[in-house]
Amino acid sequence: MSKESLDIQGSSGQSYWRSLEELSQSAEFRARLEREFPREAAELRDPVSRRSFLKLMGASMALSSLVGCQFALKQPQEKIVPYVRQPEQVIPGRSLYFATSMTVQGYGIGLLAESHEGRPTKVEGNAFHPASRGSSDAWIQASVLTMYDPDRSQQILKAGQPASWEDAFTALGSAYAQAGSGLRILTEPTASPSLVAAIQEVVGAGAKWYQYDALSGDNTRAGAQAAFGSAVNTIYAFDKADVVVALDSDFTHGSATSIRYAQDVASKRRITSDEPVMSRIYVAEPTPSNTGALADHRLAVKSGDIAAVTQAIAAAVGVSVAAPTLPEATQKWVATAVADLQAATGKSVVIAGETQPAAVHALVHAINAALANVGSTVNYTAPIIDADTGAASLKALVDEINAGAVSMLVIADVNVVYSAPADLNMAEALKKVATVVHLGLYNDETAAASTWHIHATHYLESWGDTRAYNGVVSLQQPLIAPLYDGKHLSEVLNALTGKRVSAHDAVKGHWQAQLGLDGFTFDKAWQTALHDGIVAGASAIGSTPVTLGTVGAAAGASSDGLELIFRADPSLRDGSAANNGWLQEVPKPFSKLVWDNSAQVSPETASKLGVKTEDVVTLTINGRSVEAPINVVPGQANDTVVVHLGFGRTQAGKVGNGVGFNSYALRSSDAMWVANGVTVSKTDKTYKLATTQSHYNLEGRDFDILHAKTLAEYLEEKKAGVKHKKHEIYSLFPAYDYSKGYQWGMTIDLNACNGCNACVVACQAENNIPVVGKEEIWRGREMQWIRIDTYFSGDSSNPTIYQQPIACMQCEHAPCEIVCPVAATVHDSEGINNMVYNRCVGTKYCSNNCPYKVRRFNFFQYADEETPSLKLQRNPDVTVRVRGVMEKCNYCLQRINEARIDATREDRVIQDGEVVTACQQACPSQAIVFGNINDTSSQVAKLKALETKFTVLDSLNTKPRTSYMIKFTNSNPELSGKTE
Amino acid sequence: MQSSQPLKPPVVETYDELLGPGETYTSVTAKIGDIVLYPLLKTPWGWIGGFVAAGLFLMLYLYSLATLFTVGIGIWGINIPVAWGFDIINFVWWIGIGHAGTLISAILLLFRQDWRTSINRAAEAMTIFAVACAGIYPLVHTGRPWLDYWFLPYPSTLGMWPQFRSPLEWDVFAISTYATVSVLFWFVGLIPDLATLRDRAQHPIAKIFYGILSLGWRGAAKHWQRYEMASLILAGLSTPLVLSVHSIISFDFAVSQLPGWHVTVFPPYFVAGAVYCGFAMVILLMIPIRSWFGLHGLITMRHFDVMSKVMLASGLIVTYGYFGEIFYSWYSGNIYEYYLIVSRTTGPWAWSYWALILFNVLVPQLLWSKKFRTNLPVLFFISICINIGMWFERWVIIVLSLKRDFIPTSWGVYTPTFYDWATYIGSFGLFFVLFFLFVRLLPMVAIFEVRDLVHKTEHKAHDKKEGHGHAGA
Repeated sequence: MSKESLDIQGSSGQSYWRSLEELSQSAEFRARLEREFPREAAELRDPVSRRSFLKLMGASMALSSLVGCQFALKQPQEKIVPYVRQPEQVIPGRSLYFATSMTVQGYGIGLLAESHEGRPTKVEGNAFHPASRGSSDAWIQASVLTMYDPDRSQQILKAGQPASWEDAFTALGSAYAQAGSGLRILTEPTASPSLVAAIQEVVGAGAKWYQYDALSGDNTRAGAQAAFGSAVNTIYAFDKADVVVALDSDFTHGSATSIRYAQDVASKRRITSDEPVMSRIYVAEPTPSNTGALADHRLAVKSGDIAAVTQAIAAAVGVSVAAPTLPEATQKWVATAVADLQAATGKSVVIAGETQPAAVHALVHAINAALANVGSTVNYTAPIIDADTGAASLKALVDEINAGAVSMLVIADVNVVYSAPADLNMAEALKKVATVVHLGLYNDETAAASTWHIHATHYLESWGDTRAYNGVVSLQQPLIAPLYDGKHLSEVLNALTGKRVSAHDAVKGHWQAQLGLDGFTFDKAWQTALHDGIVAGASAIGSTPVTLGTVGAAAGASSDGLELIFRADPSLRDGSAANNGWLQEVPKPFSKLVWDNSAQVSPETASKLGVKTEDVVTLTINGRSVEAPINVVPGQANDTVVVHLGFGRTQAGKVGNGVGFNSYALRSSDAMWVANGVTVSKTDKTYKLATTQSHYNLEGRDFDILHAKTLAEYLEEKKAGVKHKKHEIYSLFPAYDYSKGYQWGMTIDLNACNGCNACVVACQAENNIPVVGKEEIWRGREMQWIRIDTYFSGDSSNPTIYQQPIACMQCEHAPCEIVCPVAATVHDSEGINNMVYNRCVGTKYCSNNCPYKVRRFNFFQYADEETPSLKLQRNPDVTVRVRGVMEKCNYCLQRINEARIDATREDRVIQDGEVVTACQQACPSQAIVFGNINDTSSQVAKLKALETKFTVLDSLNTKPRTSYMIKFTNSNPELSGKTE
Repeated sequence: MQSSQPLKPPVVETYDELLGPGETYTSVTAKIGDIVLYPLLKTPWGWIGGFVAAGLFLMLYLYSLATLFTVGIGIWGINIPVAWGFDIINFVWWIGIGHAGTLISAILLLFRQDWRTSINRAAEAMTIFAVACAGIYPLVHTGRPWLDYWFLPYPSTLGMWPQFRSPLEWDVFAISTYATVSVLFWFVGLIPDLATLRDRAQHPIAKIFYGILSLGWRGAAKHWQRYEMASLILAGLSTPLVLSVHSIISFDFAVSQLPGWHVTVFPPYFVAGAVYCGFAMVILLMIPIRSWFGLHGLITMRHFDVMSKVMLASGLIVTYGYFGEIFYSWYSGNIYEYYLIVSRTTGPWAWSYWALILFNVLVPQLLWSKKFRTNLPVLFFISICINIGMWFERWVIIVLSLKRDFIPTSWGVYTPTFYDWATYIGSFGLFFVLFFLFVRLLPMVAIFEVRDLVHKTEHKAHDKKEGHGHAGA
């Protein structure tokens, strides 16, 4: 009480107060006020308690018991005030799109960011940009959540204590002046022209710049170096390739080029007529990949045996290397692949993955040369990032540090303490550097080991430029003012030399100088570049002539022991986005694992090791060991253990901390991708893994669920005039006349889909789908509206993999609708099964009666309605669902209505292609087509008219609006038994 | 209990009669009425102990429901695909239990089965309490229970009506009608006895309590005539309800298209199952009550024998249903139906299916023997088996069908949580609290009907075989 009265005397700021408690701001008063005005709660709290509150609420993590206490039915208390003076361009309710770009492993991908009244809510590909061409992937989609992540670092820290930018500015300047040639800069790989120039200017003479990426393409670079004597950049034209042989290369998934390559490959696989023509894909790989799932002939081989396979192909196509002896099945696979390659000279691609050693890459270059692919399907350009960016680069830096040559180290956007190979002992090394400056989005492991931590801007908050895999330059423009007043690398670099230059001025100045334009001409060019997302004066670079040197043999002695294979996590990649709930929760392809990584082994290896899924084993290599849960995955090569990187973070944030195990701890700089000599010892512990799918067998239901055929079979049937008769099924209810107006429908081409998850995350971003956490997924309560069903068939050691994206089918005879007692799910005249959230009472009967099980239920208050930054991320066109409500896909109804409003205003009908669903927009393979099926000229209507179309669970007479194209395998008859 | 039960008469087991020897109007009235009119402070410890125990379970129930309302139905183990779990299992199970009461009071009344008189009151009470327990589940199983009133057809400002094609909407009418008619029927049947209690009561509060409840009954001929009329009308209303309520509940499943649910035999099969477990529950309650309150003369072995026969008959219908399911899953040639049976009988939860067969099909076969039908410990055991078996039946139908439906990738598992068990076990608390209050406050056997039976028995003894004719219709 005495404390309170003191407070009253001390307070003077508040001119109007309603009670003494309010004046004194006692804890009880605040608690009461918060109960009454939950929306104001955040403003009332002091920062410390707000942070702990945020900690509890989690980045839309379901801390269910707590979340439930927030009563679900709340109306906002604020008054809505319209713009008094409307800002130019901004029309409330209309989204604006701005071209920008982000980088993946240093290469740019052009994007369009959607902005709602100044808030970026979603990111799409930029149709003008070669790396995205309008499509995107799961990481691009999830990047917007990272920007709004409440765990992002929000202030500058000096030795862990808050400091100001002024302090940092002064300190950096004096440290730089002292360091001189003792300065080292460590960044993630970057091809950004303005940044490279800025870094080189700062580095000057004596100091050095290193780049490190845990997933670096050093092998690819070294392979080109070995083959051609220069580290040229290889660009593939899969859209011209009739035969593709991928050697441990997942080129359709997870890299800076994968979106483009997935599109190109799909263009040779997509079914557009009744006479399908398809490329043939061979994939040899140790663990199932998305590209492997596309393959017509997939071969599961140990990573170390890929070299022998490559050399066998090389020898067969005329490269002067000895043909190694291979097991019979492998030999046959090689012979068939070679025959196909030779039949398609100049129209084939052989590609090796980054995880393969340089010698394999060199051989592959020789193979492509021998097949006359160079210049048609394989093109070489000057390198875009002309430096080592992997272990060698980092090792050189650490050696310098250990030699005492480094007195100041600036680390930008790379969490090197976490992601460095364990043998470099990065955390220890950093202690030997007098001043370590860390610039990053998070106060992460590296920030903790640094003298200074400066919070960085997200790409959606900052100016910048990027350069794509083929040299195309794009600009980055901020969609929002930096949420926490973060700094861009260029600002930090300028601070070193005592300059205060904003990121905007830096990048604009750079391009003004580069383009050599001035005044009005430059402004015009700048505007155009910003608008289009591409800098016109710096377009794709032309191909570089190359001369193939002699390539040596790649195949070594095949090792018999277990291989430990490190792979980028299919969801988290290198782990820098570990605090992103969308990525943590997106089911990994094939294993469908969420919120964890595992030691993946094949069924045979598992039984050999005497382990099963969820057994915990100790993996030991070079004296370093980690404990990991086993996950048995069909299709993996025997005698391999795959561990995914990116987990086991300790300072990722509330979402990512302590999720999974850190496999970097097993990695060493001389064995970045594959290590031999790992021992696996079983412990008596088990560990619960959460997956979204537990059954991978079609149980003989393929006739009703997933139609798959070999192309040859189909064409033969067609020639013979075989008609698959369809049973006419009748309904008790009178048929509704769907022949008028817009009738929305969708087709999904299973030939094009590689299961990359872009649609899943895009849907999550578009439709405000909450993240529920591992425990809820384990209980079977995942919320994503799209799921990618995976089936294995055939031999478990080398199964055929089928993938099928499933979302609400919008049945014309929807089983869900007739069982809802309150009419919360109803059909509209345009064929969409609408979910009326406000009307839903939550009997869940609709889900029970849904044969596709595509409905999702808010068992708790999953949507985080409290965290301010996450509220900004939401799509204002889509209701945020409360606890107790069913939800599901509705064909992006909000997008249809947006197009409808435009069309109505302009007094016309909605054109084909005007409505693009979020999944369709994201899909790199363009497997999803949506439109008005009543319009016979629409793409979707044409596809639905094809004989290759089928619908799922036809026998139930649900008449789904989503149909699929038969999954064809273009198998080579020589390799029979491998197909089907 | 023994010490505080001075009214306990010597046990004389009667096997062929509906009344023990030497029961008179006075003895019947005293035996039944005194249980209720016993002074409050001399309430038997056994009753108090039982009531407190039941009350603790009721607290558990209220706790779990309170958690449910504040946190969400995620506290249960339900998920997608198994979106219904213990909630609907228990709902169907409880409502099934209720059926025996209605069957006894309505159908047997219409068929003039005299043996029903000593057990119908308790059975009807059981019906009402079971319906109360059952009715709570569908109300709380919704995601937003505070909006449950949207199930009701009322002219709302939303301009929305319920969706009348949904079997859940039919449930709303079926259950509310059933509950209303059951309560009315029960209360109307109580009026003459309440008047008896009013007249016998000593304590002023008891006098007022029973006085109000007996609605001015004076036993006039006009009253009796109206009473008979009302009973007959209500019995006539209840009779179709016995068949309709569980038929409609079976539509929740039969109308959907899930393999294992989409079955035309469900309505009769569900009704038979309800009668089956309802009678098992009546026996389960009657055996201890009869012994504790010394009602051997009123509830005789004949009653147990007859009830066992009903159980056996309905059990055989249910068994027919089980075999039917297996047969048509094969005969239909539908792979989803076929797989369902394979999965039920050999899948991961096959033990629950075989438990169902054991409890519902095999054990009750003992009832073919009169020796077992009149052996109370055996009967008690069989009744417990049937109640467990019928619970498993709903488990098998609901959970095992939902777990594995059409698309194998969405197959799931269902693990009941603490709250699943708490809302199940807790509902017994509600049931027994109500039942304990019932036996303490209301005559658990219909006094006037048993007096009527005394009259008939005397009449029969007097007229030898002559007087028997009118009861046999």
